[in-house]
Amino acid sequence: MAGILVIAEQRRGELRPVSLELIAAAQELRQGGDSVAVAILGPEPQEFVAALTVAGVDEIVTIRTEVPEFDPDTFEAAAGALIAERRPAVVLVAHSVDSFGYAAALAARQGFGFASDVFKVERIDGELVATRGGYGQKVSVELDFPGRSTVLLCLRANMWKAPDPGASPNVTAFAAPAAPSRAAGRSFVEVSAADDVDMTAAEFILTIGRGVGEEAKIPQFRELADAVGATLGCSRPIADAGWLPKSRQVGQSGKTASNCQLYIAMGVSGAIQHLAGMKHVSTIVAVNSDPGASIFGVARYGIVGDIFEIAEELRKSF
Amino acid sequence: MKILVAVKQVAALEEDFEIRADGRGIDPDFLVRDLNEWDDFSLEEAVKIKEAATDPIEVVVVSVGPDEVDESLRKCLAKGADRAIRVWDDAVEGSDPVAIARILAAVAAHEAPDLLFAGVQSSDQSFAATGIATAGLLGWPHGAVVANLQYSPGAKSAVFRRELEGGLLHEVEIQCPAVLTIQAGINTPRYASLRSIKQAAARPIEVKSIADFRLDATQVGESGSLSRVRRMYVPEKGRAQLIEGSPAEQAARLAAIIREFKGVA
Repeated sequence: MAGILVIAEQRRGELRPVSLELIAAAQELRQGGDSVAVAILGPEPQEFVAALTVAGVDEIVTIRTEVPEFDPDTFEAAAGALIAERRPAVVLVAHSVDSFGYAAALAARQGFGFASDVFKVERIDGELVATRGGYGQKVSVELDFPGRSTVLLCLRANMWKAPDPGASPNVTAFAAPAAPSRAAGRSFVEVSAADDVDMTAAEFILTIGRGVGEEAKIPQFRELADAVGATLGCSRPIADAGWLPKSRQVGQSGKTASNCQLYIAMGVSGAIQHLAGMKHVSTIVAVNSDPGASIFGVARYGIVGDIFEIAEELRKSF
Repeated sequence: MKILVAVKQVAALEEDFEIRADGRGIDPDFLVRDLNEWDDFSLEEAVKIKEAATDPIEVVVVSVGPDEVDESLRKCLAKGADRAIRVWDDAVEGSDPVAIARILAAVAAHEAPDLLFAGVQSSDQSFAATGIATAGLLGWPHGAVVANLQYSPGAKSAVFRRELEGGLLHEVEIQCPAVLTIQAGINTPRYASLRSIKQAAARPIEVKSIADFRLDATQVGESGSLSRVRRMYVPEKGRAQLIEGSPAEQAARLAAIIREFKGVA
C-alpha cells in the first residue's frame, strides 16, 4: 500500500490544531489509490476520533499509551512499529517541539527519508519533493529522497488549511510494543509572568528585536510604545537576554498576537518562530536596516532604514 | 566525568549572494561563517556544570567540518572547553543532518561522555534534527528543546524542562548518558577574555578523519544522507509596500498609519 500516514498531536487532552493541517497536506499529496491513515497516541486515544473525522481521512488508528503525555521512547517505538506494519510511502508529523523529540531519531535509526520544517510537498515526475527554507528563509530548498521507500516529513504549522469535518473512516486500534520510558515526563509548568501584560489581548503592538543592539536602548522604545499607545513586545533574543520579560515575547514559544490589528516590528529579522506568532496580523509594518530581512515577506508596509532614526522621528509626532 | 558538546560553524548570507552554478547551494564566496548561536548556549551550560562541580569535569567540543571550522572551535576553547575535536574528510561534503549525526554518534561512542549537548537547531539550515538523530543512532535517551537543566555531575539522571509552544514547560527526568538539545536563553553565554582568546590560539585541535571512527565514505555525504538537495532558489519576495523617503518622511507615514488605526479602533 503506497499510503500516507499522519501522526496527529495532542497535549493535555486537546488535539493540537496542526494535526488537521497535516491531514490537509496528506489530502493534497494523495494520488490514485493512496489511502490516508491518521494515528493518534495517548492514554485515551479514542477521545480524539471525532475531532479527527475530517474530509480525506480513510482510517484512524488509535494507539493507547501507558504514559499520559508525550514521551520520546514511547512515541518512537509506537510510530516505528506502525510504520513497519503499514509501510506507508510518506509519514507526516508536525514540525513541533514533540516531534523534535523523536522524529529525527526514528528516521535515523530506520533509514527513512527525512526532512523538517517543510512548507510544501509535491510529486514531481513521480518523485516526492519537499521544500523548506534555508539561511533565515532567504532561500528555498527543494529536497528529494532517492532510494527511500518511506519518507518522514515534519511539516511547518499554519501552511495548510484544516479540512472540513465529514468522513466515515475506519477506526482501528493498534497495539504498540512496550517501550520503557527513559525520559519520563513529570509535570507541566506555566511560565510565570514577570509582569502582567497580556500580549494575546493587545490590539496594537510595537515589537523590538535584535536590531536594538543593547539593553540601554530598551527604555527609549518603552517610552515610544507608551507615547503611541502600543503594547511593547519583543522577539526571542531580547527576552533571552533578559532585557524584557518573557511574557512580552511574541512567537512560537512565546505569545501569539491573537487580537492584534496593527503590529510594528522594529529591528526584527523575522525568524520563522517569530512569524508564527504574528504573521496573521492584518497590518504589519516592518522597520529594518536589512532590505533582505524576511520580516518584509509578511509585512504590509516596509521601511528600510535605521530603527533609531525612525523611532526618534516618530516620537516627535506624538 | 565528561560532557561532549557538538557544535556547528554556520553560514549566513551576505546581502547580495549568488546561487552556485549547479543550482544546489550558495556560492561560498558569499557566506559569512560563525559559531551557531544555539551552540554558544550549550557550551555555556556545560562550562557552568564544570565550574560548579567539586570533581574534575572535562568539557569536549566536537565539530564536523573543514579547516576553517578551527576558528569556531578555538572560540569554544577560549570560553572554557578543555579539548576540541574536528572531524573531516572530503567525502563528508553534501551531508545532511543525519549523515553528520552518524559521525557525531561515532565520536560520542568513542569519547563516552555522561552527557552530550547540541544546540536545538542551527541558524542556517534549521533542521532541529542533528542532536536527536545522534541520540537515535547511539540508542541513548534524549530530550529536545531544553530550557532549564538540573544535573549533579555523576548522577544517574538529570531533570530538565523542555520548552513547549505557547509559553508552557514540561518537566522531564532523564537517564544518563543522554543527549539534550539546548534552547537559546537557558543561560547567559560569556564573552571570552582577550587573554583566553590568545591562549586558545596556541592550543591544539584534534583533527580526525572519519576512518578514525571506523566510518567509510558510503556512510557520510550524499550516500549517508536521508535527503538530497535538488534545487535551491530565491523565493519570490513578499508584497511589503515600501515606504520611501527621508527618515522624517518615513516616520511621518508611519505616524499616519498609527493615527488611522487609532481613529477606527
